[in-house]
Amino acid sequence: MPFLLKLLLKNAFRHRLRTLLTLLGLVVALSAFGLLRTIVDAWYAGVEASSSTRLVSRSAISLTFPLPLSYAQRLKAVEGVSRVSWANWFGGIYITERNFFPQFAVEPASYLALYPEYRLSDEQRLAFIRDRQGAIVGRKLADKFGWKLGDQIPLRGTIYPGTWTFTLRGIWDGAEAKTDESQMLFHWGLINESLRKRFGNRADFVGVYVLGIDEPQQAPLVSQRVDAQFKNSLAETLTETESAFQLSFVSMSEAILVAVQAVSYIIVLIIMAVMANTMSMTARERLAEYATLKALGFGPGFVVQLLLGESLTIALAGGLLAVALTLPMAGAFAQAAGTLFPVFQVSALTMSLQLGAALIVGAVAAAWPAWKMSRIDIVQGLRHVA
Amino acid sequence: MSGPLICIESLSKAYRRGQQEIPVLLDVSLEVQAGEFVALMGPSGSGKSTLLNLIAGIDQPSSGRIIFDGVDIATLSEGALADWRATHVGFIFQFYNLMPVLTALENVELPLLLTGLSARQRRSHAEAALAMVRLDDRMDHFPNELSGGQQQRVAIARALVSDPSLIVADEPTGDLDRVTGQEVLDLLDQLNRSLGKTIVMVTHDPKAAARARRLIHLEKGVLVPDGAEAAAR
Amino acid sequence: MKAIPLSYIARNLWVRRVTTLLTAGGMALVVYVFATVLMMSEGIRSTLVATGQADNVIVLRKGAGAEINSGISRGQAAIVESLAGIATDATGRPLLSKEPVVLNNLPKRGSGKPSNVTVRGSSELGLQLRPTLRLIEGRMFRAGSSEIITGRAVAQGFQGAGLGETLRFAGRDWTVVGVFDAGGSAFDSEIWGDSEQMLQAFRRDAFSSVVFRLQDQAQFEVIQAAIEADPRLQLEAKPEIRFYAEQSEALATFISILGTSLSVVFSIGAIVGAMITMFAAVASRIGEIGTLRALGFRRGAVLLAFLGEALLLALVGGLMGLGAAALMQTVNISTTNFQTFSELAFQFKLTPAIVWKTLLFALFMGFLGGFIPAWRAARLTIVDCLRAA
Repeated sequence: MPFLLKLLLKNAFRHRLRTLLTLLGLVVALSAFGLLRTIVDAWYAGVEASSSTRLVSRSAISLTFPLPLSYAQRLKAVEGVSRVSWANWFGGIYITERNFFPQFAVEPASYLALYPEYRLSDEQRLAFIRDRQGAIVGRKLADKFGWKLGDQIPLRGTIYPGTWTFTLRGIWDGAEAKTDESQMLFHWGLINESLRKRFGNRADFVGVYVLGIDEPQQAPLVSQRVDAQFKNSLAETLTETESAFQLSFVSMSEAILVAVQAVSYIIVLIIMAVMANTMSMTARERLAEYATLKALGFGPGFVVQLLLGESLTIALAGGLLAVALTLPMAGAFAQAAGTLFPVFQVSALTMSLQLGAALIVGAVAAAWPAWKMSRIDIVQGLRHVA
Repeated sequence: MSGPLICIESLSKAYRRGQQEIPVLLDVSLEVQAGEFVALMGPSGSGKSTLLNLIAGIDQPSSGRIIFDGVDIATLSEGALADWRATHVGFIFQFYNLMPVLTALENVELPLLLTGLSARQRRSHAEAALAMVRLDDRMDHFPNELSGGQQQRVAIARALVSDPSLIVADEPTGDLDRVTGQEVLDLLDQLNRSLGKTIVMVTHDPKAAARARRLIHLEKGVLVPDGAEAAAR
Repeated sequence: MKAIPLSYIARNLWVRRVTTLLTAGGMALVVYVFATVLMMSEGIRSTLVATGQADNVIVLRKGAGAEINSGISRGQAAIVESLAGIATDATGRPLLSKEPVVLNNLPKRGSGKPSNVTVRGSSELGLQLRPTLRLIEGRMFRAGSSEIITGRAVAQGFQGAGLGETLRFAGRDWTVVGVFDAGGSAFDSEIWGDSEQMLQAFRRDAFSSVVFRLQDQAQFEVIQAAIEADPRLQLEAKPEIRFYAEQSEALATFISILGTSLSVVFSIGAIVGAMITMFAAVASRIGEIGTLRALGFRRGAVLLAFLGEALLLALVGGLMGLGAAALMQTVNISTTNFQTFSELAFQFKLTPAIVWKTLLFALFMGFLGGFIPAWRAARLTIVDCLRAA
């Protein structure tokens, strides 16, 4: 066995340039594969970060329709609902459109209670709740713009016109790696008050209600109860688990996601073609040697082992290097994409898929040449001038 | 004829391998008259192939002069040398060195691409050359469809087609059996006698050497004066 | 400098068919991704650009960016309507439409997954303002009724949106009395109904946008100044074409950047494949290189021959990939446009510019892959080649 391994390694490096080039192609392709998968995973990050004890209630027409504030009281009374809060998507611009990050006007105390994974010191929490013009942001967002407590943050409103300035009262750290740290939260009351003064009839409306339930299994039942409450009213609701709500966003970009996933498999095909080419070339050139080995008495299985082994060795080396390269690549991508992807992590599944793909490429690439070579006629092979 | 066709003066050639300089030819001087049929012989490593390469202009000497018809080709630039070869030298190799993807006719046409001839002219010259080696019925065959002897005859046609004054042959019968080898040598003989081509041939084969009219021996990079120079026949 | 014949180059690719096919195949895949992405981006842009008329102006609330974020009160709309410079129709009415635009979350056919569809309240005037809209089935909805007409993409893609079917939203049943074709523009993804009925149903009292036609296209700036200077209004006016171009900007750019960077990364794999193939080609033909050089062909000719072989290989791959991408034109695709938050149906669009870019990309890959091997081939001395043969 060690002899075979030595032979494999020596063979793999006989044609150093070719082996190196093949490795390069493998590494680039597989790390791109890993990066693409990580991008797709990141797209679903919101879904992953969902809590099974939170429901989201929105207008049945579409998310762009608000719900009346008066619903809050009635929601509290629904059986199974333990906590009620609400949030409005603000959609403001911080200096330029490129600096996009999510902003929500929320009911502070109840919202923070519903999101215990946003870890804030009690001091900062109180400071935020007390200051009507206060805002809190996640650590990643604060780091990106270099914000410190007490900073004045201006936002140009699109849905709520005008320029709004908030005082940074707190920076939260996510309890887990998957917790979103690139959001900004401020007082719904401040926005509402201003609305009432300027456009009276737009006041007292809420974007979505966030409901806390005690038992996750109760989710479907409670959702139905809530929707039944408001059926045939002016604003019918659609209540679903937070993860279903997040999924609905993902499915909006479904076409793009499917395309990205398809492309990530195409790239594995590309590299398979390249590798198959390499192994065929190698096999063809070594025809005389393989014939010699057979003449010496080594069975056809040995030749197959040689080719397959060489291919798998190169492929595995490429796979390992690719996995090692994917991590810094993902880091760089996350930096560049910034708040577009709040959570950007290379999953263990992705890494195993990369290695798996490498092994499959190695096996498939050598399959046909190995089969062909194992069946060569010794005499023909020895006569062949490569 | 005024003077020798080829005049070699104090020719030396050394190869550099790493830090070492390995001498291959040492101060060789000789003359070849136009129309001669010369065989270069010698043991392995004697420098005969190197001398042939230098005469043919596919290698350049470390020092010395090679005056071919008045021109010192040792001083020509690489580009000028390439142009010179195209018009003055025809090549015949041991393994024929035909392009596998070109037909016999196209192979013979190859040197003519370096001239200014039109496609039709090239074709007719090539066909004539193939007729001369009696292979005009196989002109559309590919090398792998021809026997060794036939391939060498195509190579000879190629060597002839641009009407060079010198033909160099490196072990022309090396890969052929005795009978076919004889056929090839007959052809060379014919080229030399009837067409007056100057031929310089490197060979191991004494039978091939016997067909030449002058033998030059080399050993360890120097000429060996040999009293056994065949008299002009 | 005399060149080595093209037949030599081309036939060498043919003789090693398997290698040629595998290498070209790898390139073809990269080219396919590259071209498809460009086609997607172009498809989105042209869909949205087709949506705008050269002499139409759209008015939104200042800073709104998209129709769904915008609100124009009846009073404000009336002021705009009274401005000078608006074209009139045959009966003398100003060619102006006040339109509420809302997003409705409706389930798609097949998957049943809900997606946001744009519902626009319009009128006969609105139809006149968009001459690219033609009713291909049924008829226009009657004013004051719960009748709607749907764009072709909506009729095909969403449950209950076909001719004669009924959609339920905003507490009412709406009957589809007509299907329209909007010439591949964004309107194909919209549902249209009576403006006032929509306002009532969605309990709105403000329009989202006001669209009108200019009497004289050159007078746009005048009317724009009038609108933006008026303190009662707080509105902004844009030429319709520019408005729609901006709507596609983010999405088209995103797809473009994502796709192009992916292609560039993938191209490394294809280039590596080409390089491996060309190195092997040079290695296997060393004797031929020596012979050609001996015959009198220059180093440059050898370089060009192998470079040419690599380029030809890339061209084959490029054409294969382009062919596959061209087939994508038959595919209908839709996605949510980030800016408008609503579903947009579009097609893959192949333009001559994309064909050129793609082929150049392929040739560039071939050049990068083939250059070093070709250079090395040209650097060899004649004697070394003949010896190694």
